[in-house]
Amino acid sequence: MRAIELHELEALAIGAGILGTGGGNHPHLELLCARAAYAAGKRAQLLAPEELQDDMRIAVLAFMGAPLVTKERLPEPISACRAVRLMERHTERKFDAVMSVEIGGENAFLPLLVGMELDLPVVDADAMGRAFPEAQMASFAIRGLDVYPFALADIRDNEVLIAKAENALWTERLGRKAAIELGSIAGTCAAPRSGAEVKAHGILGSTSRAIRLGDIVLDARRRHEDAVAAILAAGDGALLLRGKVIDVSRRTTDGFVRGKVRIAGEGRTLDIDFQNEFSVARLDGEIIACVPDLITVLDAETTEAIGTEVIRYGQRVAVVALPADPIMTSPEGLHTVGPRAFGFDFDYRPFARRGHAGVPS
Amino acid sequence: MRRIGIDVGGTNTDAVLLEGTTILRAIKTPTTEDVTSGIKAALAHILKDGVAREAPIGAIMIGTTHFTNAVVERRGIARTAVVRIGLPAAASLPPFIEWPEDLRSKVEGPTFLLRGGNEFDGRPIVPFDRDGMRRAAAEIAASGVDSAAITAVFSPLTDACEEEAAAILADVAPQVSVTLSSALGRIGLIERENATILNSCLHGLARRTVKAFRTAIAESGLSAPLYLTQNDGTVMLAELAERFPVLCFASGPTNSMRGAALLSGVENAIVLDVGGTTTDVGMLQGGFPREANSKVDIGGVRTSFRMPDVVSIALGGGTLVTPAPLRIGPESAGFRITERARVFGGPDLTLTDIGVARGKAEIGDKALVAEIGAELQADTASWVAGKIADMIDRMKTSAADVPVLAVGGGAFLVPDELPGVSQVVKVVNAGVANAVGAAMAQVSGEIDRIFQNRSREDAIAEARAIADERAVAAGARKDSLALLDVEDMPLAYVPGNALRVRVRVVGDAL
Repeated sequence: MRAIELHELEALAIGAGILGTGGGNHPHLELLCARAAYAAGKRAQLLAPEELQDDMRIAVLAFMGAPLVTKERLPEPISACRAVRLMERHTERKFDAVMSVEIGGENAFLPLLVGMELDLPVVDADAMGRAFPEAQMASFAIRGLDVYPFALADIRDNEVLIAKAENALWTERLGRKAAIELGSIAGTCAAPRSGAEVKAHGILGSTSRAIRLGDIVLDARRRHEDAVAAILAAGDGALLLRGKVIDVSRRTTDGFVRGKVRIAGEGRTLDIDFQNEFSVARLDGEIIACVPDLITVLDAETTEAIGTEVIRYGQRVAVVALPADPIMTSPEGLHTVGPRAFGFDFDYRPFARRGHAGVPS
Repeated sequence: MRRIGIDVGGTNTDAVLLEGTTILRAIKTPTTEDVTSGIKAALAHILKDGVAREAPIGAIMIGTTHFTNAVVERRGIARTAVVRIGLPAAASLPPFIEWPEDLRSKVEGPTFLLRGGNEFDGRPIVPFDRDGMRRAAAEIAASGVDSAAITAVFSPLTDACEEEAAAILADVAPQVSVTLSSALGRIGLIERENATILNSCLHGLARRTVKAFRTAIAESGLSAPLYLTQNDGTVMLAELAERFPVLCFASGPTNSMRGAALLSGVENAIVLDVGGTTTDVGMLQGGFPREANSKVDIGGVRTSFRMPDVVSIALGGGTLVTPAPLRIGPESAGFRITERARVFGGPDLTLTDIGVARGKAEIGDKALVAEIGAELQADTASWVAGKIADMIDRMKTSAADVPVLAVGGGAFLVPDELPGVSQVVKVVNAGVANAVGAAMAQVSGEIDRIFQNRSREDAIAEARAIADERAVAAGARKDSLALLDVEDMPLAYVPGNALRVRVRVVGDAL
């Protein structure tokens, strides 16, 4: 176990943006909250997965609701703390550590904030390895672990417990209804996981991965160098294309921001579909990367991730693919987070690593 | 109708007298410490020989960088009380988060976090803590501050809490001038609260500045209504500007772009303002500058203002050129160009020298740059063209060719033909573009709000009605109001058909 250093917080924010694959945003407000806690003398403790005892109890945390609400109400880690306590009372067992359901975007910081408040370490792991829009897309649900009980709470004295649910879709449905009533934002604590379960079914090393990616960006920025190559090396990824955004179309349906981005460069055209997150990339019409692999659009100058809600014509970008965790690309993973789960009529194909034909290096 | 446009900059005060779109008179005078005498001097010039008696002056529009500079230079700003209503929500980050310490130490007054505020759908988070507000009001009154900023959670949706808090404060401390965050719009508590605080801390300066403007105008024998320009290229009545000085931020680049549009008659174009050290590039859409997407820092404070999307690059008439190997900028001779450039007998080779050698401009003594080789001229020109073409391409919103308007002292650097550009227009009278932009400005009203459980049409109609109302309050003629733009965006993960609608209307000044 080690303390996350102050300077690593900014790296985590940048890395969480990169792993957010266009959906999770740069967690600016959450970063400020973490810095405020550090200024008050607190430190988030990071617990490596191999340090987990099999019988440890881990709280899996997420904010559920609309990102817009957080912009007004500001991050509410207290609500997640209450959900954790509710779960402890319900199960009559204390938690030993906390972790995030998703490392991409705002949720990357939630376990740090809750951990500092409740004096619990943060497990270096998550359940997505990226950002996904819905709770059933977490690795624990994909692996068929129980998705109940599920606790959620707000910043008043409202606490809701889903004692049982038929499957992960029901947890998502019931939870989201409750979250809406609470003001479209709630802190949630999913079914408690044992240390053994996290080690077997979690996406391990996510927090340090995000910090490492962010560090690469910050370091390259200080030296006025291009960070893309270092990101690819550190993340075992591939460059899909460098170029300029030449077209963006966007519409919102069923609560999702859907659309397409077209990028031109090196005499080629890359089309990317998105549904909150970037989902499929086609180079000159040929599919070269798709969910659940991570497709991230980086600003060519700052190497920060560009979200699907703000990408616009004229931006100079480097589009990269990073590999999804093997849990996500297993048959049961693809059933939930593969291309068909997002409404595409083709099967998952891994992207080609650097140097392969058809992918410019 | 005749109008006067005045641009009060940090260095110069420019004034123009316009009849329709024709410039009758124009003058550049130095800005003075007291503001008043500089404006009077400018007005004396454009009004000489009794010109005001020939035809009445319909309106006076002033653009000023005063309020922006006050924040940037941390002067003339006042300590302000801050009230945030939203507990138990909105508690994780205090007011003044991330403010630069030197600014914060001058502005931060008594600060209160109170229970109240609303949900995204208008329900109260918890009942508003009126007793807490009364106690806060008493403390504010006792503290001696002159201004206060009140921000409630989701007030752009419903401003009831802010209104109630203001009424309580007015009851206890009527002398304190108040800004409600709902008047400044935009979802995003921290940025809206920051804007509200900045606005309140400028109230005293705004009153003094507007008074100086009025004095100068009255002493020049004029009685036309006075308007101040805003950062979106429109104007508001001075009495409104006194209450909302932050809306005047960054009106300089906006006025310059608007002026370029009016002087050239081109309403959709990229504008290149080429100065001595930098070139500002912006985009005009329908005669108005395109607004930036991102958050805007004012003096180090994150806000949510409507700011023109302007990018600056190190390229100007004073940019230094080193031959063999060719290196251009980013260093510039800057304001010392008249001592340092070759055409003025100086030692440094600048882009102005290259331009004169190529016959693109007549500045200084051409004989002094006669020995610059054709190859260096051509290489430099192609570097400049490449740099400008790249900037234009970045600004464009589609691949189609666009016209380019070149203004500023270094406009001659802009090549006559550029890739992706339909036409390069060198704007005449570009030196007073700011004052022209101010003189020709219209009055706007804007609303940015979330509507629920209404059809898209009803939501837009309701937003339009509010925007119209606001434009009239800002000094627009009701019968002249026209829709400038409508944006609507359904919100992810929010139930009840939540639709965020932003509407902007413009009309003519009274």
